[in-house]
Amino acid sequence: MSVDLRVNLSSLNLKNPLLSASGTFGYGLEFAPYGDLKTLGGIIVKGISLKPREGNPPPRIVETPCGMLNAIGLQNIGVEKFLEEKLPLLPEETPVIVNMYAQSGEEFVELARILDKAEKVAALELNISCPNVKKGGVLFGQNPLLAAELTRAVKKVVSKPVMVKLSPNVTDIKEIALAVEEAGADVISLINTLGGMAVDIYRRKPCLKNVFGGLSGPAIKPVALKMVYEVCRVVSVPVVGIGGISKVEDVLEFMLVGASAVQVGTANFMRPDTLFRLVEELPLKMKKLGIKSFQEWIGKLEV
Amino acid sequence: MIQEGLLCKELEVLEVRPIPGSPVAHLFLEPLNLPFTPGQFVMLRPKLWEYDPLWPRPFSICDLNSEYLQIFFQVVGKGTNLLLALRPGDKVTCWGPLGQGFPVADRALLLCGGMGIAPFIALCKQHPHPERLKLLFGHRLPLEVYPWQDISDKVEKRASRQESEEELLLFEEELRESIWQYAGKGKIFACGPHPFLKVVHKYLVESKAQGYLSLENRMACGVGACLGCVARTRQGLVQTCTKGPVFKAEELEL
Ligand SMILES: Cc1cc2nc3c(=O)[nH]c(=O)nc-3n(C[C@H](O)[C@H](O)[C@H](O)COP(=O)(O)OP(=O)(O)OC[C@H]3O[C@@H](n4cnc5c(N)ncnc54)[C@H](O)[C@@H]3O)c2cc1C
Ligand SMILES: Cc1cc2nc3c(=O)[nH]c(=O)nc-3n(C[C@H](O)[C@H](O)[C@H](O)COP(=O)(O)O)c2cc1C
Ligand code: FES
Repeated sequence: MSVDLRVNLSSLNLKNPLLSASGTFGYGLEFAPYGDLKTLGGIIVKGISLKPREGNPPPRIVETPCGMLNAIGLQNIGVEKFLEEKLPLLPEETPVIVNMYAQSGEEFVELARILDKAEKVAALELNISCPNVKKGGVLFGQNPLLAAELTRAVKKVVSKPVMVKLSPNVTDIKEIALAVEEAGADVISLINTLGGMAVDIYRRKPCLKNVFGGLSGPAIKPVALKMVYEVCRVVSVPVVGIGGISKVEDVLEFMLVGASAVQVGTANFMRPDTLFRLVEELPLKMKKLGIKSFQEWIGKLEV
Repeated sequence: MIQEGLLCKELEVLEVRPIPGSPVAHLFLEPLNLPFTPGQFVMLRPKLWEYDPLWPRPFSICDLNSEYLQIFFQVVGKGTNLLLALRPGDKVTCWGPLGQGFPVADRALLLCGGMGIAPFIALCKQHPHPERLKLLFGHRLPLEVYPWQDISDKVEKRASRQESEEELLLFEEELRESIWQYAGKGKIFACGPHPFLKVVHKYLVESKAQGYLSLENRMACGVGACLGCVARTRQGLVQTCTKGPVFKAEELEL
């Protein structure tokens, strides 16, 4: 039995549904020693802003049971340096999706314009869900009107597919999903990290300098799965599932509840070849389950 | 920029050798057939760890030859306790050698505090002229628990134990004197706990010595991707795992 791993995200055709999650895969090149980047479904790079950002002061990561908190604060080299120094080194064969961060609608639009012109950028991911920055970020993602307005503004100036990444730190994620779909989002990805904190009783201090951080890793998988399931039931655009994925079984779970593809984040830290191994293991698992292509699997959960 | 040949490997545990009555142990793994520079480290994650601990743990390469990869570690928390429980034949996922080690130095003064001795074991073994090395070791546990004998007697080595605040102050004074005396004569390398490094850093900067410090920052990925391990340098916040762990003293803001 041969297995077809291809999936589509709007006009973007992927050779398999395995993408790296932003902020956990660097600019992609960091992982080149551990596997062939050409085999990945797509590479989503660290959140990029117009100007370089230093991020939050350390300590900015802490391990928690089956997960971790981070408060990196979107440290990045800025769009100019990214386009000059990183993008050209990434393989042609793998779609590169740029995760975007800005503090205002105008900045988002300007950044989107610049990235839209870069030939090698396959799509844009709008990060309206970062919990670790004071301005922008999750503020856009917690208000359906703002989220829609921003999506519309970006869509107006770009021709590449736009994926909007949602925050789980909201009362009703479906509402935000519907708002960005209505505003023209081509794809919706979820979830970003869940707000959290950790304290050190011996020093009477928060473990993170920023006090709060975002929780990720296997610990958040059940929460993510539920939200992906809920959103898939109400929107008709493709959905990309994110949250605690580390095994092929997890990939199949997210797709069964309706995701067209997935992003693997924190699991890249458990071993740097995680994604490359998933690419190899996925067809084997599908064969075992008798799945010939994802058409017969995506959203086919029997409730 | 892309480092070739650094695969993620599953290495078999050859031996775990605890030092009786102490919180330290040696871990011997199948060797990696890769060259390394002393000061470089590896990330280790036993296959038995499913989701908790989640992250791998970073350790300096204490020795790496055709027979084994040696790690010298102290049991401090969950992860290191689990390392201690490994049995021969267990598999450990390992990636490395990672980061920037100590630069080549014909002559060097090596300053180590406690477990900071680990990378200097390899450095002393590899150095073509161990008689040109000088080593000062400050430690809290009895000297016998450390691999002190693995350092050739050709190295001009001195150990000094600190069990009280007073002894710590005396050692600080000794560090100050050694650094000022050695400044201008060769490179000075240091590895140890943060308070030790802070003291060393201060004297290195004051004496304008050619100093290098190895940092132990909390790490998740070890490959420069998560940006969790950053250190403050003159170039801003940079990854300790790829730009370090060994940094030029004058570059660092501790
Ligand atoms: C480059 C480098 C080289 C190192 N070399 C050695 C060595 O040769 N021998 C040795 O005994 N130790 C070494 N360490 C420290 C060692 O990594 C920690 O002691 C170990 O991670 C503790 O894990 P734990 O789960 O037992 O402790 P816990 O305190 O339970 O760990 C909780 C978290 O904090 C991190 N952490 C705790 N202590 C440290 C520390 N001192 N440095 C960095 N992260 C820490 C852990 O990795 C983990 O993520 C090195 C650290 C670095 C960064
Ligand atoms: C260290 C770290 C940095 C992250 N940086 C970003 C980022 O720059 N932009 C973004 O949209 N999401 C970022 N995320 C969120 C992840 O992309 C992902 O949504 C989240 O971690 C949940 O997936 P996971 O459990 O597989 O890690 C980051 C996560 C981590 C752990
Ligand atoms: S440990 Fe992830 S960047 Fe250094």
